[in-house]
Amino acid sequence: MVDFGFSLSPSSRIDLDEFDRKTFDRLLALEPDAKKCMECGSCSAVCTASRYTETSVRRALHALRNGCGAQAVEELKGCQFCGKCTMVCPRGINTRHLILSILKIYGAL
Amino acid sequence: MKNNVLIIGGGPAGMEASAQLQRLGYNVILIERESTLGGHLNRWDRLFPEGVPASEPLEALMKNMNGVKCFTDTEIQSINRLDKSFNVILSNGITVLADAVLIACGFDLFDASRKEEYGYGIYDHVITNADLEAWFQSKSDDRIDNPKRVGFVHCVGSRDEKAGCRGCSKVCCVTAVKEACEIKEAFPDAQVYCFYMDLRMFGRHYEDLYLKAQKDYGVRFIRGRVSEVSENQDRSLLVKAEDTLSSKPVQITLDLLVLMAGMRHSEAGRRIADMLNLAPEDDGFFAVRNNLTANQQARMPGLFLAGAATGPKTLPESLADARSAAAAIDHYLTDIFPQTRKLKKLVKKNG
Ligand code: SF4
Ligand code: SF4
Ligand code: SF4
Repeated sequence: MVDFGFSLSPSSRIDLDEFDRKTFDRLLALEPDAKKCMECGSCSAVCTASRYTETSVRRALHALRNGCGAQAVEELKGCQFCGKCTMVCPRGINTRHLILSILKIYGAL
Repeated sequence: MKNNVLIIGGGPAGMEASAQLQRLGYNVILIERESTLGGHLNRWDRLFPEGVPASEPLEALMKNMNGVKCFTDTEIQSINRLDKSFNVILSNGITVLADAVLIACGFDLFDASRKEEYGYGIYDHVITNADLEAWFQSKSDDRIDNPKRVGFVHCVGSRDEKAGCRGCSKVCCVTAVKEACEIKEAFPDAQVYCFYMDLRMFGRHYEDLYLKAQKDYGVRFIRGRVSEVSENQDRSLLVKAEDTLSSKPVQITLDLLVLMAGMRHSEAGRRIADMLNLAPEDDGFFAVRNNLTANQQARMPGLFLAGAATGPKTLPESLADARSAAAAIDHYLTDIFPQTRKLKKLVKKNG
């Protein structure tokens, strides 16, 4: 291929028309409480792993709502399963359990 | 002699204040521009947060109107402040000498076609919150054709200095969430999205409704103001915003877009203010004597205000405001007119 000296960067736009609802619904069937997340960020703020890695339950859930499974898995890679996030979630979501389900359904476990 | 009290506006606030003043023994005259009482409440199907039919509070308000002289299809032709009273000429030719006047003119809905980038009146499937309420009532609107993807745009004509309104209209967040749930009930297969900047769920049980929208109806809340809407060839809509929680642009194709038009001051109310030389506050609504402690008093003796005349209010807030205004009017008339004071003492003595 001819090298033009530049490359196209992939679009960073979220296209909700491409949303994979089937996989997301599988997750919600297992974790109905995930729907309750109001994105307050408490979970990410207390996370022990987030100080050293890019770990955030809020961002992971948000990525899933935008149909970005791979990114969600990435956001949870550093998780140590300590359960601190579960203790602080104001909506009473069992986030630790949710993380396990996300990793299972989106192919990391 | 009974004092005459004139109430301008036959919406919930005007009706409630009329009923209260009638019970207090005053001679109440209510005028309404439209041909029926009830104001905007007539145009609601069900009310937030519990989904009570709007007809219920309407009927309750109607029941207490006995004895109130109501003139519908009537407007103010002229109004003058005299020494102790107001000389008011109505459009039906009747002249009223009122000892106190209550303005309960309510609000006007923001004209959504002024936000041209949303395409109201241009694209086939863009409607307003009011259009949707009308559809819930009548189930007939060509623009609503079994939609599979529905979006709600918060803050249309509110929190928008360019649209001439910096303020928040207060009720449209919870209305959007209510209508989102109702759309899901009408079209269970539909995906519903709310584009919001802040969710203002301030009232009792509002947060419950928000939780229900998420949990039971799977409504997706996207934090970001819709920036533009365009129509595809098949008449579906391409909607663009920023998903500010991930700092990324987001786009989606929708079959129906509902614009949450906000509350603006009433133009009819403004005409009355002009006749009395009363300047509005910056937001366009009536100025009150004191925003913290004298909310129902206008800046003119004998003139009172209730409901959305002084800014966006919910139904229960308007009703409470109307009751406060009735009490303020009662105090004023008792203080100003010695014979009213005497009459009250007499009634008290004779039990
Ligand atoms: S369980 Fe994982 S995500 Fe939650 S606080 Fe612990 S390390 Fe962070
Ligand atoms: S603490 Fe709970 S509600 Fe808050 S962002 Fe995390 S999961 Fe969502
Ligand atoms: S109540 Fe909500 S939608 Fe209405 S103006 Fe305020 S923030 Fe916007």
